Amino acid sequence: MNLRMSTAPHIKSSDTTSSLMRNVIIALIPCTMASIYFFGLNAIILILVSIASAILSEVIFEKLSHKKVTINDGSAFLTGLLLALNLPSSAPWWIALLGSAFAIIIVKQLFGGLGGNFINPALGARGMLVVSWASIMTNFTTPTGFATADAVTSATPLATNAADYTSLLFGNIPGTMGETSKLMILLGLAFLLITRTIKWRIPVVTLASTALFSFIFGSDPLYAVLAGGIMFGAVFMATDYVTSPMTATGQYIYSVGIGLLVVIIRVFGNYPEGVTFAIILMNVITGLIDKYCRERVYGHSKGEKHE
Amino acid sequence: MVIQKEKNMSKKNLKGIFLNGILDENPTFRLVLGTCPTLAVTTSASNGVGMGIAATIVLMGSNLVISSLRNFIPKKVRIPSFIVIICMFVTIVQMLLKAYLPDLNDALGVFIPLIVVNCIILARAEAFASKNAPLASLTDGLGMGLGFTLSLTLMGSIRELIGAGTIFGVTILGASYDPMKLITVPAGGFLTYGLLLGIINAISNKKKNKNNKGDK
Repeated sequence: MNLRMSTAPHIKSSDTTSSLMRNVIIALIPCTMASIYFFGLNAIILILVSIASAILSEVIFEKLSHKKVTINDGSAFLTGLLLALNLPSSAPWWIALLGSAFAIIIVKQLFGGLGGNFINPALGARGMLVVSWASIMTNFTTPTGFATADAVTSATPLATNAADYTSLLFGNIPGTMGETSKLMILLGLAFLLITRTIKWRIPVVTLASTALFSFIFGSDPLYAVLAGGIMFGAVFMATDYVTSPMTATGQYIYSVGIGLLVVIIRVFGNYPEGVTFAIILMNVITGLIDKYCRERVYGHSKGEKHE
Repeated sequence: MVIQKEKNMSKKNLKGIFLNGILDENPTFRLVLGTCPTLAVTTSASNGVGMGIAATIVLMGSNLVISSLRNFIPKKVRIPSFIVIICMFVTIVQMLLKAYLPDLNDALGVFIPLIVVNCIILARAEAFASKNAPLASLTDGLGMGLGFTLSLTLMGSIRELIGAGTIFGVTILGASYDPMKLITVPAGGFLTYGLLLGIINAISNKKKNKNNKGDK
């Protein structure tokens, strides 16, 4: 018998960074298609500019700092796509350009590149854009497909409470480009779960806690989950590997925290939607959550110190 | 001859002390002291200059007085004594600002009285003025103060340019520029400060590496 000695870890997986990123990009295809269907030409322009800017920023920064160029792992492409889907369709192209460059250079590369960022790069950029250009970032238009001449500016259904469940589900509502069609997001979620790219815990608990806290604060829980960006955020943003906790306990705390913060910002805050800031805030304390939710190391008793 | 030489030496020394505060030990970017006003008031270039000059006046005054009294202040109560002396100058500066520059006084707000506990001033009192002669301490105060003023003006100019399209109220970027508001809020202050610190560290590291190579 041939016995081989090797050090841990012993479980090997065929997952690589680029295969995981590819899965997430595939899961985003339905949302991307829906955003182009609903918002037309401007959606295509914003998506292309955003992705191009993200990849270019990554190449330029890594060349200048003499690092290995890592655009082939797909993470810059994904960040660009995620950011574009978080923009309102009426945004000018320079918002996408600037946002992606900020996401890659400031939020990701300056903190050490992929794996070193402390908040989700696309969300960090979105937060920056919302604070800097609030009027552009909340200028939502009704979806009109390619007949953009008729587009009418309107508030998100979250602020007006004026959409029926069917429109909310199919996405025929004003909002950021990727968040409107809940059906497409659920399709993406199904793909991510089947390919085991992400686990069910973060998206499901985030949505459930949002519904629960909305109910507690006196609003319609189903409407709260279907309207706004919470579903897109819970499936594609909160599940980022780098900025979410590693242990099960940690993930529960993280997800419930997001749900609570979203509802608090929606009910008491100045902004109609709080998903961006809720996830960013929980991203920031992920390190702390991980520190206090360490699993017991096999062979050690509870409370025993081990480093 | 000897006396002449000594005079030259001390002149050179004073110049070194003066430049030390601006370059090698720049309080904002090298010592990272006084970050609270640095982050809070640098929303415009003129605020930066105003804060810097107010701190410079206090710094020079307190350094001179503390250095003159350094042999009379008992070691055990030196910190309270320093603070009383600093307080005196801060009160003078605040009264002058209120009388002659009320707008600037409103813009700087609570950060003028807070100069009392500004780390730069206490640090120079403890590290320099309490150990050196009055003239050297005065020069140190001037150098450190100017270093602080220049840093604050630099940060204020950058933040004003990006956050409002102007520098010292003069429009630089035309009407088509849509200002980035993030830079004017506290988060933007941290961002600007961090990026500037990084750039300055990168430059000084490069210089150091070059010098090391030259030695070899």
